[in-house]
Amino acid sequence: MQFFFEVLIGGLLAGVMYSLVALGFVLIYKASGVFNFAQGSMVFFAALTTVGFVSMGAPLWAAAGLALAVMALLALATERVVLRPLVNQPQITLFMATIGLSFFIDGVAQLAWGANVRALDLGIADEPIDWLMDHTGLNISKFDLVASGIAAGLVTLLAVFFNRTRTGRALRAVADDHQAALAVGISLQRIWVIVWMTAGFVALVTGLLWGARNGVQFALTFLALKALPVLILGGFESITGAIVGGLIVGASEKLAEVYIGPHVGGGIESWFPYVLALAFLLVRPEGLFGERRIDRV
Amino acid sequence: MTGRREIGAPILEVEDVSLAFGGVVALQGVSFDVREHEIRAIIGPNGAGKSSMLNVINGVYRPQRGSVAFKGRRHRKVDPYEAAKAGIARTFQNIALFRGMSVLDNLMTGRCLKMRRNVLEQALYLGPARSEELEHREKVEAVIDFLEIQHVRRTPVGRLPYGLQKRVELGRALAAEPDLLLLDEPMAGMNLEEKQDMSRFILDVNDQMGATIVLIEHDMGVVMDLSDRVVVLDYGRKIADGTPEEVRKNPRVIDAYLGVAH
Amino acid sequence: MLYREAGQFKTDYAADQQLFPIRQDRFAIIALFVIAFVGVPLAALMPGLSGAIDFNYWFNGVLIPFLIFSLAALGLNILTGYAGLLSLGTGAFMAVGAFAAYNFELRVPGMPMLLSFALAGCVAAAVGIVFGLPSLRIRGFYLAVATLAAQFFVVWALTKFSWFSNYSTSGVITAQKIVVFGYAVDTPVERYLLILAIVCVMALAAKNMVRGAVGRAWMAVRDMDVAAEVVGIPIMKTKLLAFAVSSFYCGVAGALYAFAYLGTVEPAGFELDLSFRILFMIIIGGAGSILGSFLGAAFIVLLPIFLDLSANAIERSFGLALPSGLVSNLTLIIFGALIVFFLAVEPLGLARLWQIAKEKLRLWPFPH
Repeated sequence: MQFFFEVLIGGLLAGVMYSLVALGFVLIYKASGVFNFAQGSMVFFAALTTVGFVSMGAPLWAAAGLALAVMALLALATERVVLRPLVNQPQITLFMATIGLSFFIDGVAQLAWGANVRALDLGIADEPIDWLMDHTGLNISKFDLVASGIAAGLVTLLAVFFNRTRTGRALRAVADDHQAALAVGISLQRIWVIVWMTAGFVALVTGLLWGARNGVQFALTFLALKALPVLILGGFESITGAIVGGLIVGASEKLAEVYIGPHVGGGIESWFPYVLALAFLLVRPEGLFGERRIDRV
Repeated sequence: MTGRREIGAPILEVEDVSLAFGGVVALQGVSFDVREHEIRAIIGPNGAGKSSMLNVINGVYRPQRGSVAFKGRRHRKVDPYEAAKAGIARTFQNIALFRGMSVLDNLMTGRCLKMRRNVLEQALYLGPARSEELEHREKVEAVIDFLEIQHVRRTPVGRLPYGLQKRVELGRALAAEPDLLLLDEPMAGMNLEEKQDMSRFILDVNDQMGATIVLIEHDMGVVMDLSDRVVVLDYGRKIADGTPEEVRKNPRVIDAYLGVAH
Repeated sequence: MLYREAGQFKTDYAADQQLFPIRQDRFAIIALFVIAFVGVPLAALMPGLSGAIDFNYWFNGVLIPFLIFSLAALGLNILTGYAGLLSLGTGAFMAVGAFAAYNFELRVPGMPMLLSFALAGCVAAAVGIVFGLPSLRIRGFYLAVATLAAQFFVVWALTKFSWFSNYSTSGVITAQKIVVFGYAVDTPVERYLLILAIVCVMALAAKNMVRGAVGRAWMAVRDMDVAAEVVGIPIMKTKLLAFAVSSFYCGVAGALYAFAYLGTVEPAGFELDLSFRILFMIIIGGAGSILGSFLGAAFIVLLPIFLDLSANAIERSFGLALPSGLVSNLTLIIFGALIVFFLAVEPLGLARLWQIAKEKLRLWPFPH
């Protein structure tokens, strides 16, 4: 029983990481209807830039700050070069454009900083929490707890931003109806730049946490793919959905690997979330927290 | 209007159809019939449920109550594919052409139910597939001649002006050689000359091809000139049913729709 | 001036339906075939030339992969370009073809090789239909998730269940030697000719399909499936047929990839980045165009080689040592930029640019 809980909690904590990635997607999707395949590359780029500045001698906080500035510039450039020319195209075209964008960012990142795996030290140890270990026998690492805390903090920050500020309100308006937002004088371009910058910030946080855990490497790019099942489960437009979806995917992935895996040779983590997402799509396409769409002919 | 075909027995019977989307009621207990070879107009103010009625007839929407009988076969729910197979073709209010294809290809899709050759035969394009393709090309070219769109046959439809697109959509419906033709506002957005052309086409279709036509139209002049009988809907209910003259004088219709007589 | 159609009248629909109605086009295509089937092999076999030009490199490194990728791009184009069903699982279907062909050759004594390839395509088609079933309820880019599931699941299954790779470690297989009608197909020239023949036949079949009723059905479903249903097109059959035909083409391409190009393959060689590569080919080459599949494949195969040669030339002439990985990163950057560029400027890709060029050529030397 204890083993089950360990696996479950391990899965949930891994899920928190997925949620962070999904959060970036939800932000952009909510405001512009674009599924940003390049989010994974942005995570990679942000982390790599931070590590790059650190290796040039900057202290961690300064490096992160510089990386944030770089991500902001990236957001500006993306809005100008990718979003504006493609403004009225169907969703699928924009999705393919973000695939192109992700390759572009990957190439630039590796060109600028090299392709080696880098270690990132955030100063948080990845050791079990002694107190918890002694009292309950559960093996949970400090790092995971801090990561969950940061994720929770980020979500709260974003929720406040969306619901309590003027810009947040404008963002929600744009997400609802582009035309109407334009009609009341909201500048779509400004909103998109803000959204992509916010997504860049989320990408930076995600990148730092993932990078500290697994090392900053090219595989980070493919986080984008893991986010897809999370979003399908949670709904593409919901921040809550991103969290819940991430937790479900993380937990079910680990549980499936541990309990079903041995019967079929293991390694089912690679495809289990997608099959789960597929099943969900067939039953409840809008996800747990998404909005139902009715098409009129 | 000489040489009109003899109007026959009812070919389409709509019985007590009710349709709602969530809380919004589109149709309530509508019943009427359409006789073979006639031109039947459905009119009414905006939002009266006219397009929904056409969508029910060819299976795009399923009514919660009531049924539709076509050529004697009664259904509550039928899917659009079955309706097409039974011989119903239609045009849409907001043109539903295949934008990536040429005019010729769009019309050829109208013949798809009549084409029997399977994929392998088409891949080889020898004997049977080839002669089938050419045979249907001839039929489609007859429609192209009829609608006078030869000069744009290879143009992708997305590039055509609105009036021509409407004509192409009519062509695609005609290519199927339908028994029942449903036209949803075929003259919307057209100027006087285009309307005259379209009216001529509709009359010719009825005359020469013998199709029964149900059409939704806002232009009263067109309705009075073309149709044999008229159904009037208002807020999803039928409020009048008869010849154009009868309907024009009906006080309920005048109240709901025509307003001041002109 | 050269490309005028003046005087070429069609007097019946059969003539109008020809693949190459314009006489100049017919000359051009015949010339192309002659060069491809006769000219190139002859040049390779001529003793004088083969000293000067490294034909093995051109066959093994350029022409053969170009042809094989064109075939895979054709397959993906049918599914994504013509039928509008986005697929990220091309690599998986190629893997199915490769491993199926290998197993047919291995386990069925005396199996003719061409038949193995064809059956491999059929197996891939069956897998394609299974993973295409969700398309009946899911649309647009959500369908990409189903194909992603296919991509990851197939690669995992081929690695895990070692029956597929005859119990070798990590699923590596070495394809058997190709023998067609008793004749061993070994040398680069021979392999090139075999692949060329197969690709030409399948490209012709594809062209016939997309011009016929099934192609129109695919495009109708892509453009507006509600209207397609109203016109009488069976949506389910059409979509599943798209998956089947597309996967057949990818399966045969995969079999050729293993047997006539690499020789030794493993499931990991058919991963997601292969699927992306082929998707890029149809975006750049032109979605919904047979010619576009070839142009896109040529571009994606040639660009890294061009960059490599340029980098080498720069290194030599300036005596620089460029950082390793420069070329591969530049390739990523250029591909990414081109994708965005083409989607924004010319979504119909190189094929459309080619069409525009031909239209201008008809009027040349006049501007309009």
